[in-house]
Amino acid sequence: MSHYLPLLGIVVLVLGFALRFNPMLVVPVAAITTGLLAGLDLNDVIAKLGKAFNDSRAIIIPWVVLPVIGILERYGLQQRSGAVIANFRAATVGRLLILYLFYRQMISAIGLHATAGHPQTVRPLVAPMAVAAAERQAPLDEPLRQRIRAHAAGTDNVGVFFGEDIFIAIGSIVLIQQTLEAYQIILRPLDLAFWAIPTAIFAFLIHSARLLMLDRALAKRRRAGPGE
Amino acid sequence: MIGLQHVFYLIGALFAAYALLSLGDRSNPKRFANAAFWGLVALSLLAGNRLGDSANGWLVIGLSMIGGFNLLGRGAETTSEAERNASGKRYGNKLFLPILIILVTAVAGTLIYLYVPAVHATGWLEVNRETFVLLCIGVLLAILFVFLWLRPQPLAPLQEGRRLTDAVGWAIILPMMLAALGLVLRDTGVGTTIGGLILAVIPEGNVLAACFAFGIGMALFTILTGNAFAAFPVMATAIGVPVLIQGYGGDAAVVGAIGMLAGFCGTLMTPMAANFNIVPVRLLELDDQNAVVKVQIPTAVPLLLVNILLIYFLAFR
Repeated sequence: MSHYLPLLGIVVLVLGFALRFNPMLVVPVAAITTGLLAGLDLNDVIAKLGKAFNDSRAIIIPWVVLPVIGILERYGLQQRSGAVIANFRAATVGRLLILYLFYRQMISAIGLHATAGHPQTVRPLVAPMAVAAAERQAPLDEPLRQRIRAHAAGTDNVGVFFGEDIFIAIGSIVLIQQTLEAYQIILRPLDLAFWAIPTAIFAFLIHSARLLMLDRALAKRRRAGPGE
Repeated sequence: MIGLQHVFYLIGALFAAYALLSLGDRSNPKRFANAAFWGLVALSLLAGNRLGDSANGWLVIGLSMIGGFNLLGRGAETTSEAERNASGKRYGNKLFLPILIILVTAVAGTLIYLYVPAVHATGWLEVNRETFVLLCIGVLLAILFVFLWLRPQPLAPLQEGRRLTDAVGWAIILPMMLAALGLVLRDTGVGTTIGGLILAVIPEGNVLAACFAFGIGMALFTILTGNAFAAFPVMATAIGVPVLIQGYGGDAAVVGAIGMLAGFCGTLMTPMAANFNIVPVRLLELDDQNAVVKVQIPTAVPLLLVNILLIYFLAFR
């Protein structure tokens, strides 16, 4: 029965998030709870946290672009992104995001997933362009404008998740390979990458359909008139 | 050879500059906390490998205290919307050039380095870290271009970088905290326990039910931990290998590859995947903490179902 005790750490985690405590407190408290209940002493748990934190520092690398994005914003980059789209009559938020979804999947499939992302492309380019396109489709209020920006971020996520595994040298492929190797199941990275393709296609189709539905919702809103 | 360590030195110096500039920002009422927070991040990047696990652990606790008790603040905006509008008209589409410089350096640079034998033979980039290094080089080139063209004040790029970094705040390091949590969950056997519980509820002999248990288990465990990488070893050990591959003779490559992607559907649905779902909320200044998760769920749910059916039809064809 005692090996169920550390599961209380998961309970702490889920409750903490559900009750909207600050995640920066919830996460270490959940980790320490789990560790202590599993019989580690406090110093061991803290050392474990320190080691894993240190090993995962590569996550911070994309933020290196912020000084460039920031200085360009000061000179009007976001306003310019919006203005460019306002000149394309055929551009709708749905079509624009479908195009970006395709680009994001392709670029990730050839191993260049780190070249785009929320700081690199979504904040300076995709989000302001999406809002500018939507502004022309229907009158927007602030919640809707925020939902369009959230869609820009979501499209980036869908693109990278269901593109990157087609590339053979990505971390998740290595992880799958190593996990199965422990059972004497030897796989080539190419086999794993190949079987990521069907899901990539379905992800593109499903998410594109949703983006076109967003266009239709905006058209409906326009017909309903500006009073809404 | 240029590699990850050099990248960390560069970004560590960047965060050290943010810490110093925070200290001098009188428009931010919480400037000392900001300075301490970005200073600790800089310390981790510059000297993390020399600190040892324990010191790194206390550094993590320090960061979580400052971030967790909402001690971080923000300074005043540097420009107004009207000023940026006017400036955007004046400089026009040339403003995209620096971003293009970064993208081209990273994309074309990586492709050339990997696929032109003469360039690859020089071996001056650390294996598998090429894009990271080239991204940094692209940023430096873009900054150089901005200085030659727009002639901003010398500290302006750092101040603007700090403005955006402050806007995102503690969410920048939350993904690393979650990675640390994932390791603790793995090392304490929590994953294996959950896998055992799932195995107990699926009916024996039913391949489709086993596929559903595997796919939904991957998604659920990913939702709880925020990381499909944490879910995969657990679900592979519990169901993937013993039931689907060894029990029913499923194709291991299909079960592995699509199982991982079923986990990614879970990543779309959880605030625990902070890097993807919380960080952009801060970066795009959205009011609802779960705004990104909410727009992703209607894609994630049907895609999870598709993944489960793909495993069923492709692994047992």
